[in-house]
Amino acid sequence: MALLEVRDLTVSFHRRGEPVFTAVDGVSFEVEPGQTVGLVGESGCGKSVTSLAIMGLLPKRGAKVSGSVTFEGTELLRLSDRDMRDRRGRDLGMVFQDPLSSLNPVISIGLQVTEVLERHRGMPRKQAMAEATDLLNKVGIPDPTRRLSEYPHQLSGGMRQRALIAMALACRPRLLIADEPTTALDVTIQAQILALLKELVRDTGTALIMITHDLGVVAGLCDQVNVLYGGRIVERAQRHELFVEPRHPYTHGLLASIPRLDAARGQKLVPIPGSVADNIPWDHACAFAPRCANALDVCRGQTPAEEWHEGRLLRCHNPVEPAADAAAKEDLRV
Amino acid sequence: MTGTKKQRIDALAESTVDKPEDSGVSLAASAWRRLRRNPAFLVGAVITVLFVAVALISPWLAPHDPAARDLADQVVKARNEIPPAQPGHPLGGDPQGRDFLSRLLVGSQQTLMVGVFATLIGLAGGLVLGTLAGALGGWVDSVVMRAVDVMLSVPSLLLAVSISALFARPSQFTVIIAVAIVQIPIFARLLRGSMLAQRGSDHVLAARSLGVRPGAIVFRHMLPNSLGPVIVQATLVLATSIIDAAALSFLGLGNPDDSVPEWGQMLGGSQQVIDSHPALSFWPAGCIIVVALGFTLIGESLRDALDPKNRR
Ligand SMILES: Nc1ncnc2c1ncn2[C@@H]1O[C@H](COP(=O)(O)OP(=O)(O)OP(=O)(O)O)[C@@H](O)[C@H]1O
Ligand code: SF4
Ligand SMILES: [Mg+2]
Repeated sequence: MALLEVRDLTVSFHRRGEPVFTAVDGVSFEVEPGQTVGLVGESGCGKSVTSLAIMGLLPKRGAKVSGSVTFEGTELLRLSDRDMRDRRGRDLGMVFQDPLSSLNPVISIGLQVTEVLERHRGMPRKQAMAEATDLLNKVGIPDPTRRLSEYPHQLSGGMRQRALIAMALACRPRLLIADEPTTALDVTIQAQILALLKELVRDTGTALIMITHDLGVVAGLCDQVNVLYGGRIVERAQRHELFVEPRHPYTHGLLASIPRLDAARGQKLVPIPGSVADNIPWDHACAFAPRCANALDVCRGQTPAEEWHEGRLLRCHNPVEPAADAAAKEDLRV
Repeated sequence: MTGTKKQRIDALAESTVDKPEDSGVSLAASAWRRLRRNPAFLVGAVITVLFVAVALISPWLAPHDPAARDLADQVVKARNEIPPAQPGHPLGGDPQGRDFLSRLLVGSQQTLMVGVFATLIGLAGGLVLGTLAGALGGWVDSVVMRAVDVMLSVPSLLLAVSISALFARPSQFTVIIAVAIVQIPIFARLLRGSMLAQRGSDHVLAARSLGVRPGAIVFRHMLPNSLGPVIVQATLVLATSIIDAAALSFLGLGNPDDSVPEWGQMLGGSQQVIDSHPALSFWPAGCIIVVALGFTLIGESLRDALDPKNRR
């Protein structure tokens, strides 16, 4: 049985005075224990909303969630608030994009780390402090005893993210969701944090959902990759297959300008003409059609269905032919 | 100071959700650094320290008993004669023949005390209501905020006068209560705004992702972040409380027993003789204005110092 099974997850926002907006539209995927799964796509494609829906963190008012999210056989979407709260931080952990604003500025690091330990593992303060020192050590924060008494602004960006990772992993959750955990960090730090995450999930056997718009991150970390466009999965493949032979025109476009870890900070992928703003609704077309080089007439008249092609999931009327990518293969081998 | 009272409170509430930059110094330290360089703050601090010090030692500072009618023989009601300045009585006597300087000095105690207590009670009430409204939302929020809006739309002094008129027997206590009630909506609105702004903030989301319970979210992760704006507002409210309380006493809605001096009440007592003896009105009025100015200067400079936009 899969650790996490997301079936037909749909999230729409209903705000007064605004048209209903479907941010996530029938997304299904699975995460096996210990597996690292990537969720990739441009800004606004619904990556964060998907992860917040899994964690049960979307606002009650205004956000409508349907479908199913089962974790070890338990349907999370039907859990009571209290039961879901007991699972967050214990069974499922999450790391966010901006480490500074994710920490409470007026509480010491020590109190923030021990809070989780007291909450879920019932540790008395003293024991929790010792454990927190241990945890900071594990995530590579030097001089942890001193750091525990410091406040978020006294730590560097990388150290803050390490502290947040320590908090998310404090109760040894079986699933960690990392939502662009390196986007707000300097390039050199990004590589360190990714290496740390890789090491931690390997050592603890924690499954990881890695959310990113950066295929470079996926390349070094993920077993399987889901490519999201306009709230739907357009391609899913094992990492190797995806990089060697991207079949969906969108994935292909993303890979065409594969970013490297040494690229400038904040570099955004603009490999494809146009932007998400050009999306057309999925209802009777392919949302990617206005930007797609492979687009056919049918793409504007009929929604492409999810189909299996040689062990991968594709949502496209006219996928890129594998042969067309011989050059890209060469690139990757270098 | 621009915008309506409501807008100013809301702007202050917004400032809770600022993202501290990595400047290497603590927020408090960087705020203090800017405060120290601000002349307005220094003036306000000197005034405040001076008045508080005087209030504390006034019983020993006062040359005479403020209740004793030492100069009663010099008072001639019919001819509007009031004891003038003379050796031992540098400011002369009041219309009852009591030493005016002693009353002025000792009067600072009552005035400051009323202001402080009214502010604290108003703060406590506003803290509870605003936190409940912001944290619970829904109908609690609607009910509290409608009441707050109504109260804020009435000029504060008018409201204070109406409230104290409800009490059968006016006293120092009723003055404190009336002024405190007027301050409650200010703090309620501030806290509620601050709670709402933080409800969607990253650090609250991160705490929720760790399974932190709602109570701990409010008390550990939200309220402490509202502290800065609350301190600023409390300092400013202290100034208006002092003025409002003095106004109530002046209007005869304060303590009827004038053996314990208080500036507003002294001002009221000097009112009939303001043409012939303006100094008797000038001193208490001046003291009220200056001490209120002191708190306002401190409050305004604290606001600037804590404003994330000014951080360096
Ligand atoms: N609370 C909300 N109310 C209304 N719309 C929302 C809300 N949260 C997200 N959205 C919308 O849902 C869409 C998907 O947002 P999401 O945050 O999941 O994007 P993302 O893929 O994480 O992008 P990014 O890379 O910028 O983080 C966006 O268009 C966003 O405007
Ligand atoms: S369905 Fe058509 S428009 Fe959409 S990605 Fe495939 S080829 Fe392009
Ligand atoms: Mg996001």
